[in-house]
Amino acid sequence: MVTSTPNATTIEAAQNTTDGVVLSTQGLNVYYGDKLALRDISMDIYRNQITAIIGPSGCGKSTLIRCYNRMNDLIPSARVEGRVLFEGTNIYAPGVDAVEVRRRIGMVFQKPNPFPKSIYDNVAFGPRINGFKGNMDDIVENALRQAALWDEVKDQLHESGLALSGGQQQRLCIARALAVEPEVILMDEPASALDPIATLKIEELMQELKQRYSIVIVTHNMQQAARVSDMTAFISIDRENPDARIGVLVEYGTTQQIFTNPINKETEDYVSGRFG
Amino acid sequence: MTGQQLVNGNFERFLRRKRLMGRIFHVILLISTLVGLVMLAVLIVDIAIEGGAWLTPTLFTNYHSRRPEQAGMKSGIAGSLIVLSLTALFSFPLGVGAAVYLEEYAPKNRLTEFININISNLGGVPSVVYGMLGLTVFSRGFGLFKPNSWLVQALNLPVDPRNGYIFSVLGLEMRLPFGNSLLTGGLAMTLLILPTVIMASREAIRAVPNSIREAAFGLGATPWQVVSRQVLPAALPGILTGMILALSRAMGEAAPLIILGAFTYVPFLPRTIWDQFTVMPIQIYNWITLPQPEYRVHLSAAGILVLLVVLLGMNALAVYLRNRFEKRW
Repeated sequence: MVTSTPNATTIEAAQNTTDGVVLSTQGLNVYYGDKLALRDISMDIYRNQITAIIGPSGCGKSTLIRCYNRMNDLIPSARVEGRVLFEGTNIYAPGVDAVEVRRRIGMVFQKPNPFPKSIYDNVAFGPRINGFKGNMDDIVENALRQAALWDEVKDQLHESGLALSGGQQQRLCIARALAVEPEVILMDEPASALDPIATLKIEELMQELKQRYSIVIVTHNMQQAARVSDMTAFISIDRENPDARIGVLVEYGTTQQIFTNPINKETEDYVSGRFG
Repeated sequence: MTGQQLVNGNFERFLRRKRLMGRIFHVILLISTLVGLVMLAVLIVDIAIEGGAWLTPTLFTNYHSRRPEQAGMKSGIAGSLIVLSLTALFSFPLGVGAAVYLEEYAPKNRLTEFININISNLGGVPSVVYGMLGLTVFSRGFGLFKPNSWLVQALNLPVDPRNGYIFSVLGLEMRLPFGNSLLTGGLAMTLLILPTVIMASREAIRAVPNSIREAAFGLGATPWQVVSRQVLPAALPGILTGMILALSRAMGEAAPLIILGAFTYVPFLPRTIWDQFTVMPIQIYNWITLPQPEYRVHLSAAGILVLLVVLLGMNALAVYLRNRFEKRW
């Protein structure tokens, strides 16, 4: 298990804080009931970068990304050990409110899941439940513009979000996540249910969004990871005990390094398409 | 050659048999469907012939009378409407509350499993049993408010032998026990339909996709915000449909209310929920037991027509709500 550190340019790109680390897992173990699903994951997510998590099906990519905003709390049997630091604070520490964590770390899901409400109400939902003050029309427009959806829907804001195409629905879900002004956006295979053109739009959008947000994306599509991300983490099943299907972090580094010069043999096999 | 023909011959024979089986089954299914429909049609035609001419305004404006042509079911209609309104008022929050708890909050453990099984069991309890329960608990208050009960003597309550302990809360008259009142009727009916309401509400809540809950949680919603702003609004049409069908059942019930002490002859309209009452099915039942054919055949049929129209109207409303607000995900 080799965990390479990001190179100098990556760190320079993240200028906002002293260390540039926005999220950090330290010795993270995740269990479902008695079964260990992820073991000893330690990696840093850098500010204003797109970090891709790749790996074969069932290795725990989604489980990992759901640890970053405590969505795993919603699964009664899930249990997390170790630390997940967000801006230096362990979000699993006692006294930390998962509701506040999720407001600051937004999430976009695999299948577009707009609420059965109007486009406007979809975007306004987050600000409303979080007690945002200010002009709701402006908040909604701003979020839709950031998600590159405004021009397409500005004349139908009060029609159902479910009437949009799949790609538009996913951008609506991104707008909805942006409206609560998160610092990090977690994307769990956001384009896997979309056609290539809609996928391209989401990928372009991610490049725009990383100017303001830190993005973590789970993808089973290696080309996508290579195209959009700055950093790539490769997670796979623990080779020494394959029947237990325990996810481990095999290699983490800049996307360029992972795809062109992987240190680990398994990573090389995976990114070159020899397994997975 | 011969082998080929043998296969073909078998195939033809099997095909004919398959087709025949299909047709027979088709006819059986059609008959099953028609039996119910034909019975309903016979019922409606029969009571329409017998009661149609008696379906006069008198039925709605008069109380029961010794002269059949002047007899009506005004108090029964009013009683049914008020009892049903009270039932809806009590069973909606209780039923939906229980359903939300069981679906969204309850931990998955033995106790929850035990509750689940028993809610299903309660749905199968005969309605007279709820009448007896209501009589003991609501109507008589376990006999705690009789002049010689230990409670009355210990607290030295000023009880009236007939009406029990009467007091006032915020200017509203309260009575303990509830007696043979509309309130007792509404509460007993609430117990009767509560299992149905809970189960229908749970189905409706379960039909809301989990992705909606995840989306809301992901935006920093609290569990209560997820339930009140996403899950319940999405489930409401299904909940209302179940509610209305349950109320339709309650509307046709006579047995539990007779046990509770609802009267057959109520020559006045209730003014408060403490008043005595009758309901349509009891009035109809009363007419059927009278010897004169005017009551036994014609007035009862007219009463059934009124009851049927209200019931079918409620069912139509349920269907409309389901179609109108049904969500496509």
